Amino acid sequence: MNDTPTLAFDPADTCLNVEQLSVSYDGKAALREVSLTVPRHRVTAFIGPSGCGKSTLLRSFNRMNDLIRGVEVTGQIQLFGEDILAPAVDVTVLRRRIGMVFQQPNPFPMSVFDNVAYGLRLQGLSEQRTLEREVEWALRSAALWDEVKDRLEASALTLSGGQQQRLVIARAIAIRPEVLLLDEPASALDPISTLKIEELIGQLAEAYSIIVVTHNMQQAARVSDYTAFLYLGELVEFSATDDLFTRPQARQTEDYITGRYG
Amino acid sequence: MKTPSGWRSGDGALWLSTGAVTLTLLLTVTLLVLLGRVGFGHFWPEPLSTFTFDPATGQAPVVAALREQSTFALPEGGMEARTLLRTGNRDAAPPDFRWVADARLHSVRFDPAAIELERRSWGPALGLLAPPEAPATDRAALAARQWARLEGALALPPQARLGTLTLYSADGSARPLALAEVVRAWRPNAMDLREKLSLYFSRIGAFISEPPREANTEGGIFPALFGTVLMVMLMTVVVTPIGVVAALYLHEYAPQGPRTQMLRIAVNNLAGVPSIVYGVFGLGFFVYLVGGSLDRAFFADALPAPTFGTPGLLWASLTLALLTLPVMIVATEEGLSRIPRQLREASLALGATRLETIRHIILPQALPAVLTGVILAVARGAGEVAPLMLVGVVKLAPELPLDSTFPFLHLDRQFMHLGFHIYDLAFQSPNVEAARPLVYASALLLVLMIVLLNLGAVLLRAYLRGRHRDPLG
Ligand SMILES: Nc1ncnc2c1ncn2[C@@H]1O[C@H](COP(=O)(O)OP(=O)(O)OP(=O)(O)O)[C@@H](O)[C@H]1O
Ligand SMILES: [Mg+2]
Repeated sequence: MNDTPTLAFDPADTCLNVEQLSVSYDGKAALREVSLTVPRHRVTAFIGPSGCGKSTLLRSFNRMNDLIRGVEVTGQIQLFGEDILAPAVDVTVLRRRIGMVFQQPNPFPMSVFDNVAYGLRLQGLSEQRTLEREVEWALRSAALWDEVKDRLEASALTLSGGQQQRLVIARAIAIRPEVLLLDEPASALDPISTLKIEELIGQLAEAYSIIVVTHNMQQAARVSDYTAFLYLGELVEFSATDDLFTRPQARQTEDYITGRYG
Repeated sequence: MKTPSGWRSGDGALWLSTGAVTLTLLLTVTLLVLLGRVGFGHFWPEPLSTFTFDPATGQAPVVAALREQSTFALPEGGMEARTLLRTGNRDAAPPDFRWVADARLHSVRFDPAAIELERRSWGPALGLLAPPEAPATDRAALAARQWARLEGALALPPQARLGTLTLYSADGSARPLALAEVVRAWRPNAMDLREKLSLYFSRIGAFISEPPREANTEGGIFPALFGTVLMVMLMTVVVTPIGVVAALYLHEYAPQGPRTQMLRIAVNNLAGVPSIVYGVFGLGFFVYLVGGSLDRAFFADALPAPTFGTPGLLWASLTLALLTLPVMIVATEEGLSRIPRQLREASLALGATRLETIRHIILPQALPAVLTGVILAVARGAGEVAPLMLVGVVKLAPELPLDSTFPFLHLDRQFMHLGFHIYDLAFQSPNVEAARPLVYASALLLVLMIVLLNLGAVLLRAYLRGRHRDPLG
């Protein structure tokens, strides 16, 4: 594995550092000895064919895999130098620091306002003024405010699919995490909504470290600074996005981006 | 061109299922109509007539209401038409119901001076307000005088009703009737429809709101109605939280392996245990063991007279809660499994603990299912009789379990229950004919009570479901 083309960053610029991470479900390996460093305040894309372990890797970062029975995780992950796989880590604190947006939009069956305020209220924030200010900020950041400002009390389920996707992004950033994990945030959206989300990712990158999983290589090329290509649970190549798409170093990467499989 | 009919187009299943639904509806409607007709028909003022019999029988004439007509096979062969007369006057001229052969009926006379009186004891009294053989004008005047006195007396509180009324029987004999004994009186033959309706509803009102009299064959069923509702509510209060917590454990916390699956199957099977078995368990465990220990620990002064170590409201409610627990668990778990995993993950990914996720996301989502469980539990619990006879229900409870003396809710008291009341009326009554309409009326009330309790839960559930409906889903 030492010959995997990869990148290293200065510790000060490193957000997540993954070493020899292996994940298996019921003994079936989903990730094999993946090592990579995710830079701070940049957009990193994970690409690869379906079932290659992108979501698994993403879910390892906020320990959502813990919820699955029969899962086994070995290796190390550090968030800004802290080990996050240690049993003593408080996952609720970790998940506040690493926000996640899932493959399918999953708003709570509550009002738009309550959706965004959910994480804030969990942290004990109850003052209406502050809540309103924070919710507005999150909705503005997610480019949704203008569309929903008149229907904050309407059920979130009445929003369109694209609006729901931006709502769950607003919900995730409302608690101001340090890292934002986006699992195919635009997979179910029309081109215009997709464009909005992509613009959003670009803006958010100024304040957050973002990891985005996508099947769409143009999208990866447009939004990300760095790209990792995974294949059958292994990291094949990790480099600057421009390099990966123009001068892929691994044979498999080249085959994938030129559309020979996947 | 002809369109193929239902059968030809192969829609047999549709017809069959429609037929099944229609049949079910028909049976339900028939049941309700039957219960309503016999049960609540009883409260309608029946016309009274004077029946005179063939002199050869030597039977004295009677004032009676015609109850039923039927044909009987005689032992010596042939058939005989007979009529069931309700004659009342169980004290003066028993029996109060008698079958007479139609062939022996001599004449039937309709008398406007006929009166029916509901009494504190001995059931209804039937008779005439004036002697049958007197001249018509005298009769009318006497009847009016007596009626006015009776109405005046009935307006007073029972203790203040002094004096007597003279009641004449069909053969002209007179007997005094203490006014203080009279509960209600009416002259069915002299009433117009409006008066009949008002009497009808006031009698139904009394039936629902008054305690029973005379071994439950007269008066109302209020204590039974009240006991049933109170017990069902206590049961719901106990079974709901326990059922929800158990379902949460099974679905959210327990490791999903063969052990949990076994537990689940065991819970499901508990729903099939005959209810009398729960009664026996309740008696052995709650009454003797728990109640006995409570008595020794806290009510030792009162021993050997038991306080909690005897059947009572608390033990009955707990037994029924146990009985309905499987239904509650199964319904709640069903609801929990319908909540998408994505919602749980969304909450957890925002830094919620498992408990916070349950509290804010899962429970609100599962509430309609919990209410479904409550509906099923109430339907099952309110109709149970057998186990209750062992753990707290009695034929006649002198006091309601809820009153104005401390501690207001008397969990240790025995209580009356509609289901048991029906059983008691139907099988244990000293006067079967008198009790029969009450059996039907009580059964109808039991059904209505369950429907009302459920309707409340159904409406609440519909409201909760409607609040956040996905317009696309
Ligand atoms: N909960 C689970 N239980 C068992 N196996 C799982 C589970 N989740 C994922 N896997 C397996 O792990 C492997 C990687 O899955 P993962 O979801 O990470 O793929 P992915 O790259 O995100 O795919 P996609 O692009 O289709 O979302 C797959 O083979 C999948 O079948
Ligand atoms: Mg995935």
